[in-house]
Amino acid sequence: MSGRIIDRTGGIFIAIVLLAAVLIPAANLLLPPGHPLHVPDYMIPLLGKYLCYALLAVAIDLVWGYCGVLSLGHGAFFALGGYAMGMYLMRQIGPRGVYGNPVLPDFMVFLNYKELPWFWQGFDIFPYAMLMVVLVPGALAFVFGWFAFRSRVTGVYLSIITQAMTFALMLAFFRNDMGFGGNNGLTDFKDILGFPVQAHGTRIVLFMLSALALLAGYLVCRALVTSKYGKVLVAVRDTESRTRFLGYRVENYKLLAWTLSAMIAGVAGALYVPQVGIINPSEFAPSQSIEMVIWVAVGGRGTLVGAALGAVLVNAGKTWFTGLMPEAWLFALGALFVVVTLFMPKGVLGLWAQLTRRLKRAPSAVPTPTPAE
Amino acid sequence: MALDVSTPSPEAAPAPVSAGVARHRDMFRWIDAYRIGRVAAAILGLVVLLASAGFTATARAQGGDPDLSAITARFAADSYNDTADALNALSATGSPRAAAIVAAHAEGRLAVAPAPRPALVPTAGSTVGSAATGAAASPTPPGLPAVRANNRVRRAIEAAAGALSLLDPDPAKRREAALAVFRARDAAVLPTLDTAIARESVPGVKAALEQARAAILIGKADAPEATRLAAVELITARGDQDAIGLLRSVPADAPAAVKAAAAEGVTRVERNLQMWGVAQNVWYGLSLGSVLLLAAIGLAITFGVMGVINMAHGEMVMLGAYTTFVVQDIIRTHAPHLFDWSLAFALPAAFVFTGLVGILIERTVIRWLYGRALETLLATWGVSLILQQAVRSIFGPTNQEVGAPSWMSGAFQLGHLSITYNRMWIIVFSLLVFVALLLLLRRTSLGLYVRAVTQNRRMAAAMGIRTGRIDALTFGLGSAIAGIAGVALSQIDNVSPNLGQGYIIDSFLVVVFGGVGNLWGTLVAAFTLGIANKLLEPFAGAVLGKILLLVFIILFIQKRPRGLFALKGRAVES
Repeated sequence: MSGRIIDRTGGIFIAIVLLAAVLIPAANLLLPPGHPLHVPDYMIPLLGKYLCYALLAVAIDLVWGYCGVLSLGHGAFFALGGYAMGMYLMRQIGPRGVYGNPVLPDFMVFLNYKELPWFWQGFDIFPYAMLMVVLVPGALAFVFGWFAFRSRVTGVYLSIITQAMTFALMLAFFRNDMGFGGNNGLTDFKDILGFPVQAHGTRIVLFMLSALALLAGYLVCRALVTSKYGKVLVAVRDTESRTRFLGYRVENYKLLAWTLSAMIAGVAGALYVPQVGIINPSEFAPSQSIEMVIWVAVGGRGTLVGAALGAVLVNAGKTWFTGLMPEAWLFALGALFVVVTLFMPKGVLGLWAQLTRRLKRAPSAVPTPTPAE
Repeated sequence: MALDVSTPSPEAAPAPVSAGVARHRDMFRWIDAYRIGRVAAAILGLVVLLASAGFTATARAQGGDPDLSAITARFAADSYNDTADALNALSATGSPRAAAIVAAHAEGRLAVAPAPRPALVPTAGSTVGSAATGAAASPTPPGLPAVRANNRVRRAIEAAAGALSLLDPDPAKRREAALAVFRARDAAVLPTLDTAIARESVPGVKAALEQARAAILIGKADAPEATRLAAVELITARGDQDAIGLLRSVPADAPAAVKAAAAEGVTRVERNLQMWGVAQNVWYGLSLGSVLLLAAIGLAITFGVMGVINMAHGEMVMLGAYTTFVVQDIIRTHAPHLFDWSLAFALPAAFVFTGLVGILIERTVIRWLYGRALETLLATWGVSLILQQAVRSIFGPTNQEVGAPSWMSGAFQLGHLSITYNRMWIIVFSLLVFVALLLLLRRTSLGLYVRAVTQNRRMAAAMGIRTGRIDALTFGLGSAIAGIAGVALSQIDNVSPNLGQGYIIDSFLVVVFGGVGNLWGTLVAAFTLGIANKLLEPFAGAVLGKILLLVFIILFIQKRPRGLFALKGRAVES
């Protein structure tokens, strides 16, 4: 973790993501369906989804790996970004809904809304909606962090109240009166910026955008943690009170990382929604947020690259396993949690580093700092 | 001319017709019975009758019955007016025989025999008697006409039957009749009611009768003002929703004093009911609080005392509930007569089973993670997924049926509170568990070791405490308590693999709100949150109330980052 923004692992990561962004669509479009390297159509949104999860994992790793804040509520920021995008997509349906109302989405007609609620105003404008994708999670995180960090809520307590936050939001979004479609959430999208959401071409573009967003998110976080600010952040993580005694405003350092992380999570959610075609309150479920933390733990906490890797690995495993034997998936996931925490405290990336080091038989000169709680 | 009443046979003896609760529904039945009766009378030519064997016995037992012949004679006039008047007069006598006559008339078995013959014809399988005297009967020629009825007479029959059941020998019937009168408020019943009140000896029934009387008097225009005021007072004292309705129904032409008293009575009753409503909500809150306490108290050990963020805690509760299911299943198949004791067997079974599972988890997973609190979260979450899926694979994903022993089902009334037994026992049980745990930690050597190890592990080890063993026992204890909580919660919740998930977040909030490492804090927090939740519900609705509470806890943690009862000292900081 030196001052270089792009170290060797980061370089490999960027190269792989860029290659994936180019080669996977190419393999889908150019190779004939029978070809062994052909990527079938259904894989594109699936892989796009993994990339969104990877971006979300990077955001979680920024606060957990570098700032020591274990958030059990990042699903909330992800879902809020997703809802902002979903609201834009709902407004784009226009008169093509089941009830044919040009302004009100179907569920509002169904629930006897007479006019659009104030918070839905403006979501038909794409730039405004995109602004909200980052601003809404950012604002929530800012307010939440402002209070929590100032009051020096730390450790377990912070984790529990982030969980309470996402739980409260889940309950709220389940209510029909909230004006977000209640239980069913937002779905049945038609098009985005004039392109049909379901179309293959749109999906390929969304996939590539997700890859680019993952790269951008990684670079922003990486730039942050390799800067002087990032060093203080790590100091806060390791011994918060000592850093405070040295004269740093600990809460401000945490607040910046926390808010930025929430915004990145919001972007991930916004990219996720058009690719899966639905957003509903179950995204707020605390268990979802816990699972997200697991991705980071599996990949390797405090590495950014590892977080992205973990998200893709766990989710690919989930898809593969649930298709193969749905009964066993929870056993596998549960065992994964236990095994990773017990035997791979630095995740897959740490394991790999250990293996390569052992192969080279060269003891590392600089011991990597152990992340504390 | 004599009046005879017949019954087809002693087995089908007419029960005295009670005005009953659903008199309107019953009326149709009576009309049917009336028609059938008429046909029967015409075909069989039965003379009309008074009495079944049972009835005659009652009549004789009461010996000094007035002679009803003056009244019954009026039936013979064959005029609707006279018949109705006769019915009213019968109801005023309060005689059981009068009840039988009315019942007979309702069923169309009342017929007029030509004078001067007294009435009893023992035809095939039937008994016939004189309505007026109940005397034994001699054969009567068939073809006697039944006493006719029109709607007015039928109403009179109904009223008379209702009034007469006020004098029924069975107190429960009398109370029922009083309630019916209270609802119907028919001024014609008043004389019977007075007789009934004078005769009544059972206090509860007497009160019901007096309330019925007051209900009539309130709306009775020609009653003296003082009487009506007294009636208003009596109804106000009754103090329920019916009383409000009654007080609101005071007619507009009533004296001003009565109307004012009624209006005041309404306010008083409403205020009173509101307080009972709050009390009921507090009770619900206590009940919810006890559930929260049960769910959280095991976590107060594993999380609060040991610092393990035990996400598998909810699954321990779930395992306890499934243990109950298995125990009940065994009892059902092998010893059904012990079913009422099933929970007594399930409690130790769940304690031991979940305790062992807890020790197993501690020895295999958690012991490697002490001092890394946040990683215990991930590992135990994994454990919880495995346990859930294991239970789902064994028992299936659907809810399992857990029965309630007889002493846990049902409810009773306390004032205007309705209290179910299962909720009440769960409150008692949660407090017992709490006290037992408190004593265990404070008064036993195990408790001493547990506190020593959690406060300063190395020092405790230096003093010769086998810390590893204490860790395992403590975690096992926390899990075992979660297990017996599961036994109790199986009585009020669905026993499914997801049971634990519903409690885990609430449990953590309770422990954190109360202050980690403080059992009393857990107790206070559980009941505070439970009561606050139920008091919020009427205003905000269930979901919004819960959201408000979550927001409150988030804000509260900002103000007191370590909960209600924070531990102080250096150990906390590390």
